[in-house]
Amino acid sequence: MTSAGKTATLIWALGALLAAIIAARASYTADLSAFLPRRASATQRLLVEQLREGPAAHLIIAAIGGADAATRAAVSRQIALRLRADPAFLSFDNGDATQLERDREFLFEHRYLLSPRVSPPLFTASGLHQAIGAALDVLASSAGPLVKPFFLRDPTLETLAIIESLDASRVPHTAAGVWSSPDGTRALILAHTRASGADIDGQQAACVALERSFAAASAALPAVQRSAVTFSMSGPPVLAVASRATIKSQVWRLSAISAAGIAVLLIAVYRSLPVLLLTFVPVASGALAGVAAVALGFPAVHGITLGFGVTLIGESVDYAIYLFTQRPSDFRTAVWPTIRLGVLTSICGFAALLPSTFPGLSQLGLYSIAGLTTAALVTRFVLPAWLPRTVGMRDLTAAGNELERVFVRLRAARGALLFVAILAVTLLYLHRGALWSRELAALSPIRAADLQLDEELRAAAGAPDTGYIVVAAAAEREATLKAAEAVSAQLAPLVEQGVIGGFDSPTRFLPSLAAQEARRRSLPPASVLRARLDESLRGLPLTAARLEPFVSDVERARAAPLLQQADLAGSSLGLVVDTLLVRGSAGWSALLPLSAHDGPDLPAAAVAQVHGAVASASIGAQLVDLKGEADRLYSGYLGEAVRLAIGGLCAIALLLIVALRSPARVARVVAPLALSVLTVAALFAALGHALTILHVVGMLLIVAVGSNYALFFDRAAMHPGEGSLPRTLASLVLANLATVIAFGVLACSSVPVLADLGSTVAPGTLLALLFSAMLAPPVTRTVGKGAVG
Amino acid sequence: MRRSPGAGRRECGRALRGSVFLSCAVLVGTLAVGGHSLGSSPAESADESAAFDQLLKLLAERRHDHVTFTEVQELAILDQPLHSSGELLYDAPDRLEKRTLEPRVEDLVLEHGMLSVQRDHHRRSVALHDFPQAVPFVESLRATLAGDRAALARYFAVQFSGTLGSWRLELTPTDAALKRSVQHILITGETDRIRTVQIRQSDGDTSTLTIGREVGP
Repeated sequence: MTSAGKTATLIWALGALLAAIIAARASYTADLSAFLPRRASATQRLLVEQLREGPAAHLIIAAIGGADAATRAAVSRQIALRLRADPAFLSFDNGDATQLERDREFLFEHRYLLSPRVSPPLFTASGLHQAIGAALDVLASSAGPLVKPFFLRDPTLETLAIIESLDASRVPHTAAGVWSSPDGTRALILAHTRASGADIDGQQAACVALERSFAAASAALPAVQRSAVTFSMSGPPVLAVASRATIKSQVWRLSAISAAGIAVLLIAVYRSLPVLLLTFVPVASGALAGVAAVALGFPAVHGITLGFGVTLIGESVDYAIYLFTQRPSDFRTAVWPTIRLGVLTSICGFAALLPSTFPGLSQLGLYSIAGLTTAALVTRFVLPAWLPRTVGMRDLTAAGNELERVFVRLRAARGALLFVAILAVTLLYLHRGALWSRELAALSPIRAADLQLDEELRAAAGAPDTGYIVVAAAAEREATLKAAEAVSAQLAPLVEQGVIGGFDSPTRFLPSLAAQEARRRSLPPASVLRARLDESLRGLPLTAARLEPFVSDVERARAAPLLQQADLAGSSLGLVVDTLLVRGSAGWSALLPLSAHDGPDLPAAAVAQVHGAVASASIGAQLVDLKGEADRLYSGYLGEAVRLAIGGLCAIALLLIVALRSPARVARVVAPLALSVLTVAALFAALGHALTILHVVGMLLIVAVGSNYALFFDRAAMHPGEGSLPRTLASLVLANLATVIAFGVLACSSVPVLADLGSTVAPGTLLALLFSAMLAPPVTRTVGKGAVG
Repeated sequence: MRRSPGAGRRECGRALRGSVFLSCAVLVGTLAVGGHSLGSSPAESADESAAFDQLLKLLAERRHDHVTFTEVQELAILDQPLHSSGELLYDAPDRLEKRTLEPRVEDLVLEHGMLSVQRDHHRRSVALHDFPQAVPFVESLRATLAGDRAALARYFAVQFSGTLGSWRLELTPTDAALKRSVQHILITGETDRIRTVQIRQSDGDTSTLTIGREVGP
């Protein structure tokens, strides 16, 4: 080994060690929200905060199916018994009587602070006459048995007024005393994990605790029932854990399959194990450098970014192939300059992704730049020093000669490319309307089957969300609650008119202090109340003396302290408030989700009326269409990705102009690349597959990888005496096969984003090689140089 | 964003549905008699047993009923009884509707195992299987429709007395959960016409439903 080689090896070893340390200490994430924007509107920020940290991100819905209702209920109770006290859960509800009683008691206890009807007119003689008269009608109705037990303490039925104001459509069904799906086939459990949305390890612990407690509960059942009961769960924590596991296993499996496929290909060609192993040194070094760079540049490395690492195998393995299949003397003079230009082209392409507001894209850009640069440098400076002198590498000249004949025939058929171009452009034009996918879901790493289970369980646990939320925001909690009350006052008539089905508000269980104070002030002292009752009960079937419990309850409420958010802590009502009253970076937001009259969709006319009502409240509130907002967010990303990709292509063109100094040569290099991108896009359009951001990234990769091919052909034509055309052809085909294997494996991934990328790049690079060969300038055959090493 | 479904609201809503239970008792109790047969008890005389069999046969032949009713509830917490009135509709084999018109409009429908209540503009529906304690009523009905007296005897002790011209049925729940809320259901009638349905609750409060004239189609 030369001293330069020794120095290079030392630097490589130190760098690898450093990168390994950085990578080992980095934090990894897999939740979708990490892919959301760094710069966003206030609404979008709320959306992202909710996705990442809001109570909704902590909710697990578990379902027990199979067997009979009594068995399912027994299992549900057993699980609750085990997990209610578990610190991994903030709350754990299965609808059994314990929790129910507590909540009812709370509402009853605080009814004079919570009921919106409590106001001075209610406690006048005529107000009481009217309210108690109506309450007696309820007593005579089918609801009578419910109100009878507390009628003498609450003769105006304030508790019922609170309960009835709740959004009834969201009440889950009950079977055998616990929550159940509407069709009665599954018992339901709602659990909130203590771990935040970002803490996937904590969420995984909670999921495991749930599964274990189900296993323990079902183990206690008789054999017949034990085999019949089933368990499933969903919700953001479950999906985050599952998607991390999927990505993890996919990253490993796909990398292993790609590496194995490429290894088989290379061993068949090289017939040398040491050379095969050396081929993977730049790949592994590049991957390690990529992860380390992302870990340094971002708070957490996303699992998907590691998935893209497979793409690096596809490109960086090419460098070593060029080194091993061409003569060492040619490598430094003829091959390296081309690789260098190819790497620079790739860097130009990926650098365009760095400024993306979409962290996923900028991570990918940084990863690729660091990885490719490292792989190329290792190939150039470290590998040659390690090359075993004695190993006889197979001479690919014979195969190359075959390829050269094919190459000549291909060039003869170059006219066909005009038809390909026309066909591709026509297809793209015809499908121009449906070319792009505009839904955020396109980026989700979650499998379709998991999403379907999630939808099912959500629907079972309550009516599906309309996705419309009125957001009232202010700097302070009290001001926010007041704003929510003002909006509620505007929305209530719309519910009465049947425009919307209903709405929720944190103020149902936590009214503003001002509202509570006003209610408390409207309660009359005992003596006054007694006198008014005497008057108001004339003509009604009861006397004031019977309502003495009511008088003493009112007296007690007059002295009771106002409700604070802390009073609700730990109860399921507190959970509702925590869900609907969120503290963000810019203050407090009250969320008032709307439900439709029937079905999950709010008609456009209703949306317009809600808009009007919210505007007329003249406070800091707005109607947010969450699904629309999320999709707009994605559209923004997509537009940005396309702009950045075009910017990257321009940078590549500029680089080529500078490096090649000839518009004709640049055109010959760019034309096959442009044509492959067009053809791949046209194929997707023809197959009805809408393009996502990942396809755009894939097209950038086609250009990055394909530029190497085009540059080799260009160099072969410009310097006919330098290197061997058959060897060049053989190395290009080999490199391309390796790339197609790597991306072909990726195309088979069950993670949609990885599959999109693979299915774009695998055919794209194949076409890029083919088109580059067809459009290559004629090469003067150099005779007799092939065998000299 | 996915919002957490409010656990508290659910539970409160469930509390409200608890009231459905007694409504079921009223409805199904009426339906069981209005429609079809009940099991006989060994204490009946031979005459009464024959009259009971005849009554069941007559009731089974009725396919449709539409009558007025008045209801009087005597509650311990009040000084005077509560009055309400409205109409009852029955369609064989399993639909019963109670339309209360006074003092507060309410529509209660039991159909195909679903009980729905409409007050003001709000309709709430519950599936009976959500309320296992109401199942004995429904099962008794189903058993009756199927002619399965043994199944009926699982939930009620049935006492028939009187003649076909003027009869009296006393249903005493044997189901423990049911016993906690209902002492007995007492039904009187003349041939195939039901006259009164009285429910005595476990706390001693009673509600008496008196069937009035037939409402024309």
